[in-house]
Amino acid sequence: MTTPSAQFTEPVADPATAATGDAAAGRPSAGSARDVARVLVRRPLALGGLLVICLMVVLALFGTQIAPNGENDVDVSQMLTGPSAKHWFGTDELGRDVLSRVIIAAHASLEVSVVSVGAALVAGVLLGLLAGYYGRFADSFIMRCMDVLFAFPVMLLAIAIVAVLGAGISSAMIAIAVVYTPIFARITRASVLSVREEVYVRAAVSIGVPDREIIGRHILPNVAGPIIVQTSLSLGFAILTEAALSFLGLGVQPPQPSWGAMLYDARGFVEQAWWMAVFPGLAIVLTVLSFNLVGDALRDVLDPRRRTQLEAAGRP
Amino acid sequence: MSEPVFAVRDLRVSVRTRRGLASIVNGVDLTVDRGRTLAVVGESGSGKSMTMLAATGLTPSGVRVSGSARLLGTDLRTMRARKLRSFRGRHAGFVFQDPLSSLNPLMTVGRQIGEAYQLLQGRSRADARRRAVELLGQVGIPDAEQRVDSYPHQFSGGMRQRVMIAMALACEPELIIADEATTALDVTIEAQVIDLVTELQAKLGTAVIWITHDLSVVAGMADDVAVMYGGRIVEQSPVDELFEHPAHPYTKALLGARPRIGDRSPLAAIPGSPPNPLRLPPGCAFYPRCPVRGDARCATELPPLAPVGHEHRARTFYADVADAVPGGSMS
Amino acid sequence: MLRFIRRRVAQSVIVLLGVTLVVFTLIHLVPGDPVRVGLGIRFNEATYLALRHRAGLDKPLVVQYFSYLGHAVTGDLGVSFQTGQPVTQILFQRLPATLSLAVTGLIIGVLIAFPLGVLAAVRHDTWIDSGARVISQLGVSVPDFFIGILLILGLTGTAGSLPPSGYVSLTSDPVEWGRHVLLPALAVGLVSASILTRFIRTAVLEELGRDYVRTADAKGIPAATVLRRHVMRNAFVPVLTVVGVQLATLLGGVIVVEVLFAWPGLGLLTYQAVEERDYPVLQGTVLLIAAIFLVVNLLVDLLYAVIDPRISLR
Repeated sequence: MTTPSAQFTEPVADPATAATGDAAAGRPSAGSARDVARVLVRRPLALGGLLVICLMVVLALFGTQIAPNGENDVDVSQMLTGPSAKHWFGTDELGRDVLSRVIIAAHASLEVSVVSVGAALVAGVLLGLLAGYYGRFADSFIMRCMDVLFAFPVMLLAIAIVAVLGAGISSAMIAIAVVYTPIFARITRASVLSVREEVYVRAAVSIGVPDREIIGRHILPNVAGPIIVQTSLSLGFAILTEAALSFLGLGVQPPQPSWGAMLYDARGFVEQAWWMAVFPGLAIVLTVLSFNLVGDALRDVLDPRRRTQLEAAGRP
Repeated sequence: MSEPVFAVRDLRVSVRTRRGLASIVNGVDLTVDRGRTLAVVGESGSGKSMTMLAATGLTPSGVRVSGSARLLGTDLRTMRARKLRSFRGRHAGFVFQDPLSSLNPLMTVGRQIGEAYQLLQGRSRADARRRAVELLGQVGIPDAEQRVDSYPHQFSGGMRQRVMIAMALACEPELIIADEATTALDVTIEAQVIDLVTELQAKLGTAVIWITHDLSVVAGMADDVAVMYGGRIVEQSPVDELFEHPAHPYTKALLGARPRIGDRSPLAAIPGSPPNPLRLPPGCAFYPRCPVRGDARCATELPPLAPVGHEHRARTFYADVADAVPGGSMS
Repeated sequence: MLRFIRRRVAQSVIVLLGVTLVVFTLIHLVPGDPVRVGLGIRFNEATYLALRHRAGLDKPLVVQYFSYLGHAVTGDLGVSFQTGQPVTQILFQRLPATLSLAVTGLIIGVLIAFPLGVLAAVRHDTWIDSGARVISQLGVSVPDFFIGILLILGLTGTAGSLPPSGYVSLTSDPVEWGRHVLLPALAVGLVSASILTRFIRTAVLEELGRDYVRTADAKGIPAATVLRRHVMRNAFVPVLTVVGVQLATLLGGVIVVEVLFAWPGLGLLTYQAVEERDYPVLQGTVLLIAAIFLVVNLLVDLLYAVIDPRISLR
C-alpha cells in the first residue's frame, strides 16, 4: 500500500498498470512525438503555453537587444512614474524603465530555472538509475537520503542552503538543484523498477549484454516520458522558487534583474508604484502557468498514471 | 394474457467515440412476463448488458439511447430523472457481476441492503435493519443477526453475491435483472446461487432477466432465451426448443462449441471475432464468420426476425430447424 | 496493521535522524568560521570563545554531532548568537503565530476548494468543470507572496481598511487578530485552495465512477443522497489525507508570506536568522519545521490506516 503522504511524492510502480502503453514497453517514443503534437493541437491552452515559453526563451536570449532601454539606464527626471506612452510599464524608484527590466529579467529567471532543473535532472536520474537497477543496499541508501531531503519543505531547505553558501545567483541555483533532485530520483527509480522485470530485459541480462547498454537501450526510453513531464513542471516551479528567494534578497542580487529581484525592489514602494510589482509578477505567473499547461498536456500523452498523485501537495 | 412485466421495443444504443459512431445495440425487442425467466445470451460485445442498462436508464453520460422500455406498463425512457430513480428502485432489482466492487466497501452490508427499503418506502432505521436480517436469512446466510453488521470484504465471493441478491429483493420488486451475476464465481457456488434465484423466484413470483454468455447456465433455469449478436437479437425461443432445434447458425455454433463429458473430439471454436460496432456490416452481422452462408442475400440484406417454430423466431435467411446440433443432441 | 504502524514509525525515526544530520552539517558548511561570521561586527574575543565553546565547536565533529543530538532530545538547541537567548525558547514563542496563520490559511483553502472541487466533479465535462480546472491551474502558478502584494494593493492603505502588516495574538484580541491575519491567510489560502480543488475533484470523480455508485443509483437512492452517503463518505479519507499533507506543507511554506506581512512566526524567524547569520537559531527553526512536517505526514498515514475498515479489521 502506498502511504498517503508518499502518494504525493512517490510515483506508483504498480505492475498492473506499469507494463501498458508504448512508453512502459520500453519502445523508444518515436511515435510519441506525433502524439505530442496531436495533443497540443487539441488543447489550445497548452499550445498557447508553448508559444509563451518560446517567447520567454527569445526574451531570455535576446532581451537586451529587444528592450527599448538598458536594464540600468537611469532617468532621474522620471522616477516612479506610472505606465505611459514613453514607459509602458512605468518606471521604478531610480527612473529605470520597468518594461525593459522585465524583458531583460527573463534571462536571469530562466537561467536559474534551466540550470538548476538541469542539474537536478542529471543528478536525480543518475541516482534513480543506480537505486533502481542495482537494488538492495544502493537502493535503500539512496532512497533514504532522498526521503531525508523530502522531509524538508521546499522553501525551507532552499533558504537554509543559500544561508550557508551566501546569497547570490549561484547559491540559488545550487539550492534549487538540491531541492529538486529527489523527485527526479523517485520517478526514475519507479520507471526502472517497472521495466527491470520485463522478460526482454532479463533476457538481455542473461545473454551478457553489458549494463550500460541495457540501461541505455531498454530502460532510459521508458524513463523518458515521465521525466519529460516532470521537467516541464519543475521548470515552472523553479521559477517560483527563484522568485521567492530573490524576493527575500537571497537569490539574484541587484542590480541584476530577475522577476523575483524586481519584486524585492518593489517591496518598499508597493503603495506608491503598483506597476513595479505587478508587471514582474504577471511575467512570473504567465511563464509558470505556461510550463504547467504544457506539462499537463505532456502528461496525458506520456504518463497518465501519475496524474492523481502529483496534483495533491504543492510538491512540484 | 396479463401485461408483461418488462417490454422493450426497438432499443438502440450508440456512443460517439473519437473514431466514429459505435452502434452497440441495434433494435432490440424483448418481453418478460410475470414469474418467468428470460435468459439473454451472447458473447462480450454483443450488447446484452448495454441493452439492460440503457433500458433502465443506467448508462453513463454521452451514450445515446432510443426506443421504449416499459416496466409494469410505464415507459422508463420518458420518465423524468427523479421519478425514474424511485420507480426503478421500487420495481426492479439488480444483481451485478462483481459483488466486491458493486458493494460500498465502507458501509455495512445491513445498511446497504436496507437503504432503499428505508428511503423509498419511508421506513425507519430499525425497520430497515429488521428487513435486512430477514433478507439475509432468505438468501441463506447463516447468523444473519450478526452478519448484518459486517462489511462486504468480510464475506466470501459467493456470499457476497447472495448479499447482492438480498439487496435486489429488498423492495419486493416485480423484476430482477442479473447481469453476468455468476460469471466471477466457482462452478459449485454458481450452481448454489442459481438455485437460490430459482427458489426465490418461485416463492415471490418475480420475473427474472438473466444476462450471461454461458449457455450451460441457461439450460437449468431459464424459461425463454434470447440470443444476441452484434447488438441484435438473432434468435428467440423457449429454452427446450432452443437446445433441441436451434435455427440460427450462430446459436448452432455456440451449442456445438460447448465441451461435453466423454466427448474427446477437438473443441469446435467459432473462427473470427465479433463485429466492430464502428463498422457494422450491412447484412447479417454473423455473415463473415458463418459456416453456412446459405443464402445470397445474407451479405447485403439484414434478415428480419422471422418465425421458425412455435414461439420461436430467428434472424436468418437460412433457418433449417430440422438440423439438430452437429454431432448429436445436447445430452 | 500494527506491523504497518511499526514500520512506518521506524522509517520516520530514521529520516528524522537524517534530518538532524543535515541540520547539524549546515553550520559546518558555512565558509569560514560560523561564530565569527555570526558575531560579525559585534566581534569580541571573549564572547567569541564563549559562544564557540557553548556551541561545542572546539570538539571533534563526531562528538559534536552526538552531543548536538543529545542536547536536542532534551530540548536544548543552543543559544542565539544575537541575543544569547535559548533557541528553544525563541522557537516556542514564535510557533503560535505560524500555527494560527497556517491553520487559518488552510481553512480558507478548504472552504473554497471543497464546494468547487465537488461541483467540478459532479458537473464534469461542463464549463463549470473546465472553469474550475483553469482557475486551479492559475492558482498553482502564482507565487503566494505575489497574491499577498496584490491583496495589499487592493485592500489596504487608501484602498481599504485592513492593516498591511503586523500581528496581534489570537488570545489577546481575537478581532484585531482576525483583521491582521486575513490578508496573509488569504494569500496562503488561495494557493492552497487551488491545489486542494484539483485533488478533491479527482477524488470525487474517481468515486463517482465506481461500481457501487451504479448499484446505489440502480437501487433508486436519490442522487443527492448517493453523493452524500456513498461518494463523499468514501472520498473523505483520501481528501482528509491531502488536507493533512497540505497543513504540513503550509507550516513550512509560509516563510515568504510571513516576511511580506511582517508576521512574527517561525518563517520570519528563519529569515531573520539568515540575515543576521544567527546559525543556532537557523538550525533550530529548520529542525523544528522539518520535524513537524515529518510528524504530520506520519500522523496522516497512520490515520489513513486506522480509518479504512478494510485495513483495520483485518
